[in-house]
Formats: sequence, structure tokens, C-alpha cells
Amino acid sequence: MSLAEISGSLSAIGYGLAAIGPGIGVGIIFASYIQSTARQPESGRITLPYVWIGFAVVEALALLGIAFGFVFTTSTTT
Amino acid sequence: MQAIVPLQDDLPFPPTVEEFYPPSLIEGAYPWLTKFTLLVWIAVGVIIVFFLVAYRDPKMVPTKRQWIAESIYGFARENIAKELIGHAGVRFAPYFATLFCFILLTNLFGLIPGIQISPNSHIAFPIILAVISYVMFNYVGIRKHGFVKYFKHSLIPPAPWFILPLLIPIEFFSTFLVRPVTLALRLFANMFAGHVILLVFTVGGFALLSANSLLIKPLSLLSWALAIGLTFLETLVAILQAYVFVILTSSYVQGALAEEH
Repeated sequence: MSLAEISGSLSAIGYGLAAIGPGIGVGIIFASYIQSTARQPESGRITLPYVWIGFAVVEALALLGIAFGFVFTTSTTT
Repeated sequence: MQAIVPLQDDLPFPPTVEEFYPPSLIEGAYPWLTKFTLLVWIAVGVIIVFFLVAYRDPKMVPTKRQWIAESIYGFARENIAKELIGHAGVRFAPYFATLFCFILLTNLFGLIPGIQISPNSHIAFPIILAVISYVMFNYVGIRKHGFVKYFKHSLIPPAPWFILPLLIPIEFFSTFLVRPVTLALRLFANMFAGHVILLVFTVGGFALLSANSLLIKPLSLLSWALAIGLTFLETLVAILQAYVFVILTSSYVQGALAEEH
């Protein structure tokens, strides 16, 4: 007897797990920006471009997860 | 989602990707005249008419409409272009303001009752927006530095020579491949996921209501309450994504125009 049964695709769970990393990463980026700006308010303007570039690169991982979820749907059966 | 309140039979409960392929409005015009293309034309028309009317007769003491238009343009000029690029960025301010208004308006279509889907939840529209930004930042970079020098600047970071074989492919991958793809995907994924989430909780409420058990039926109220709450979250996401798209475009332009890396 099986206690629980899962039907449908497990890819949503997989994507949820994959999103942990970029989630932590984006959090660290903005936390560091807030911290550095609080310590040295005049540096806010200088570091801002790096914040957005870093945010874009880190979030790219989560977005690749979404894209590949659709790209690889045909090859999986479960 | 339909314009009228959806009945449980109208929509399949786990929402499918089919939701994002609306049928043609006129027979045989697919894909040139669907809900999405109509919404895009409406957005373009609304923005043009709004800014023309607001600026038809500018006053020293601005009227309310003029004040709104000036605030939007001033935001793109002062807080985005000047803040990130510096004084050289002022010439990009009209593009940023247009981009911001267009993305914001098309995103908000996802929340206006009766429309309730954003054209940006179809990958084709974000791709075009990202391609425009991609071509633009490469073009201004090449025009400023020259073809060879621009690629040298973007691909070769100041690093010891022995690490360069590793860094150059990474720089190429992140600057010329990942940037346009993520720019399009970020907007698309946020709008797509937002629409699916709202659909899951709204249609899921009807699915719970039609459940056999009496204990499950009241849960539909919880589902609808969550749908209302998430609508506010989606409003925030719509504004934030428009802002992020514009700010990333401007920081890419800034990177292309920068003297040295």
C-alpha cells in the first residue's frame, strides 16, 4: 500500500529547489548594497550599476531554470 | 481569464499553457490580430495620445496632466539616465521613458478587470523589447569606441594573462548571450507566472467549491482571499519589472559607454 501518490510533473518541485540558490544570491546582493550604503551613503551612486549587473547575472540562473523547464519537457516522460 | 466571472466549466482547473494563445479576433487573421496584438496597439495609442494631450499646451504652472507626464519623464531622466549613466545619459532619457511607460502599461493590462492578461506574458513581445535594447547598447558602444576597441573593452577584463582564456569566454557568454536572453525572459517569466498564479487561485476556488466533501468547500473562500492578496503582489511585480527592465538597459548602456572596465 502506498501512503501518498504524486501525479503529474515533478518539474515544479525541481524548479522550486533550483530557485533557492538565486533567491539567496539576490538577497545577499541587495543586503550588501543596503549595508554598504548605510555605512557610506555617498558611495551609493557608484555601486548601483554593479548591484544591477550582479542582480541580473544571479537571477539569470533562476530564469534559465524556467526556460529549460519548457525546453526539456518533450524528452521526459514522468 | 475571461472577461466575465469564469464558471467552473469554462476553464480547466490546472491552468494550461493554452491560456496564453488567445484565438484570433477576426476569422483567419491569426496570429496578426489576437487579444495580444490589439492590446499592444491600444498601449501604443494610449501612450502617444496621453503625452500629446499633456504637452499640447505646456504651462509654467503645470496642470495635473502635465505634472504626471513631466514626473514620468523626469523620473526616467533624473533617476534612471542621470543616476546610472551620468550626463551622457540624458540623450537616452526619451527611450527609457517610452520603454518604461510601454512595459508598465502592458504589464498593468494583466490586472485591469476585463483584460486580465498582459501581452508580455507571451514571449514574443519581451523578445522584441530585449532585442531593441541589445542592439542599442551594442550600437552606442561600437559608435563610441570603434568596433575592435569596443569588443576588446567588453571581452578582455584587466586580469593576468594566464586567466584570460577562462575569462574571455565567460565575458562573451554573459555580455552577448545571457544579457538579451535574461532581459526578455525576466519580463516574460514574471508576467507568465503572475497570470498562472492568479488563475490557479481563482479557478482553484471554483474547483474546491465543487468538491464532494463539505469540509473542503469553505476552503474556496481562502483561495479567493489569496487571489485578491496576490493581485496586489502582482501590481507590485508589474511596476517593479518595468523599472528593472529599464534600469538594466541603462546599466548595459553605461557599461558600453564606460571608458574602462
